[in-house]
Amino acid sequence: MSAPAIPAATDSTPIKTGNTPPPKPVSGKKFDLAQPFVYLVALVVVAVTIAPVLYVVLNGFRTTAQLNADPAGLPDPWVFSHYTGVFTSPMFWVQFGNSTMVALATTAGVVLMGVMAAFVIARYDFRGRSVLFSFFVAGMLFPATVAILPLFTMIREMGLYGNLLAVIIPQVAFQLPMTIIILVPFIRAIPAELEEAATLDGASRIGFFLRVILPLSGPGLVTVGVIAFVGSWNAYLLPLLLLGDPATATLPVGVQYYSTAYSQDTAGVLAFTSVAMLPAILFFTLAQRRIVSGLTGAVKG
Amino acid sequence: MSTIATAGRVIQTRPARPSRRRGLREALMIWGFAAPALLVYIGFVIVPVGLAAVFSFYNWNGLGPLDRFVGLENYSRLLDDPVFLGALQNNLMIVGLSLAIQGPLAIGIALLLNRKLRGRTLIRALIFVPYVLSEVVAGLAFRLLLPPDGPFNGVLTAFGWVGQKPLWLADPDMAFWTVFAVLTWKYLGLAIILMLAGLQGIPDELYEAAALDGASWWQTQWRITIPLLGPTIRIWALLSIIGSLQLFDMVWILTGGGPLGSTHTMATYMVEYGNSRSQVGYGSAVAVVLFMVSLVIVLIYQRFVLRRDMAGAVTTRGGR
Repeated sequence: MSAPAIPAATDSTPIKTGNTPPPKPVSGKKFDLAQPFVYLVALVVVAVTIAPVLYVVLNGFRTTAQLNADPAGLPDPWVFSHYTGVFTSPMFWVQFGNSTMVALATTAGVVLMGVMAAFVIARYDFRGRSVLFSFFVAGMLFPATVAILPLFTMIREMGLYGNLLAVIIPQVAFQLPMTIIILVPFIRAIPAELEEAATLDGASRIGFFLRVILPLSGPGLVTVGVIAFVGSWNAYLLPLLLLGDPATATLPVGVQYYSTAYSQDTAGVLAFTSVAMLPAILFFTLAQRRIVSGLTGAVKG
Repeated sequence: MSTIATAGRVIQTRPARPSRRRGLREALMIWGFAAPALLVYIGFVIVPVGLAAVFSFYNWNGLGPLDRFVGLENYSRLLDDPVFLGALQNNLMIVGLSLAIQGPLAIGIALLLNRKLRGRTLIRALIFVPYVLSEVVAGLAFRLLLPPDGPFNGVLTAFGWVGQKPLWLADPDMAFWTVFAVLTWKYLGLAIILMLAGLQGIPDELYEAAALDGASWWQTQWRITIPLLGPTIRIWALLSIIGSLQLFDMVWILTGGGPLGSTHTMATYMVEYGNSRSQVGYGSAVAVVLFMVSLVIVLIYQRFVLRRDMAGAVTTRGGR
């Protein structure tokens, strides 16, 4: 059986709507007994997932006194001062800018270097290829925590301590294994016929990479890009040890500083925490469709 | 085109190219493409990890000259410390519990969400929320939720709980299970994402054929979906094992390894000694042991589970 040529690998393909078998042509609409149960389970799962997040967001709208009096209550009246306080705090915007810079640079670095390495590993037969791949795969075994103490020494020696690059470069390095592991099968799944056709049309290897591989692995690149971005946005240990004080910190470390410095002001901490998680949630919600279709493209080929 | 079915090998091998000059140019291009990733990876992953191995043989506080060589003393001290052995046990339990509980849960939820549901996109987006939160944010949220007089126990009381209020994070016998519950909350979303992606990779034709043959929903899931989801499940399991062995952020924020060291993982134990107590040499020995344990477990997994998987992956890949 020959699957239609890579339908899922172009990111314009709309997301597929489920794999349930098409309804049998029964007369009228048959009521599915399982459906209410499915909704019930979905409701429970969503409630358990969302409740803690909602708690944090909602209780940022209360005062600490209200929180202490009734920890499980709802805002009444609604207090906006904590949130306006966060949004008018210059430190918040500095840390927001740092997080954005670090995440964008990490993502760009990982995707570019990752796709180049994955391309040759996936499509070329050369001496040392499987060693090279295994070498990168082995990186999955090294968490940044294992390397953090030597990294700290190295970064200090290089004079990068407190510079955003001190976090960007190691993050790129530690994200590469995962990126290559995801991209290699993805690029490998692009049919060999396309390469033959491109060669017959006189395209060079690099031309093939630029004109065929890059566009067709778009969804895969989006996938690894989003993983790198979210990973960087949420990273805690590297920024904590390598960036130093609050003015050069990223948001997660900033939240931690804030919660330590103002530990009595629970409601303020909740508001700061809510605002800090907002960008990642927004970004992911926007990109979620493309992540799933990207991962799908990898498997579907 | 020949097909090789081992992990770490490439599936399509191209026919040999005779021209030598062309071969040289090709080699240049190959290594030119691989070089940036390779250099950054070696410089900032391999070198620091190697340095950690060197430090582990020294009594060193991170400053000053590295000159107090102590041989294997750090390692023997490590293996005599019941807190470290407890941390190792915690890591292994989290590995086992994650596979046994989070895996089936994620598959079940993914199967449900893959049906035609009203509001399916919204439900999916909401379920993924914990995965995108940083560990700091999620950990802080649960720390604020779970104190003895906190909102969670308030809700329990409201539902008629009359016994003693549970000390979720402060009771040494309970803290580990609380941490595991929070971990499940945090990482189930990722598992569901992966499973859903795997489900969407199963060709519709198979479902159409099953429907034509009169298969029930259960039969379809059991005979078609689960077997074809195999590669996804096994890759997820590998990610979960590695993540569980290297667990740091969430435990560090939630409990810092306490109370009484009952929730330490190898990584939190390492940071506590290597960083907070400035015993860089001793902490590095923990890092080496952490790496060795991960290596052994992953090699076993790769040998006995993933090998089978790669053979299966070729046949599932859309009939090519």
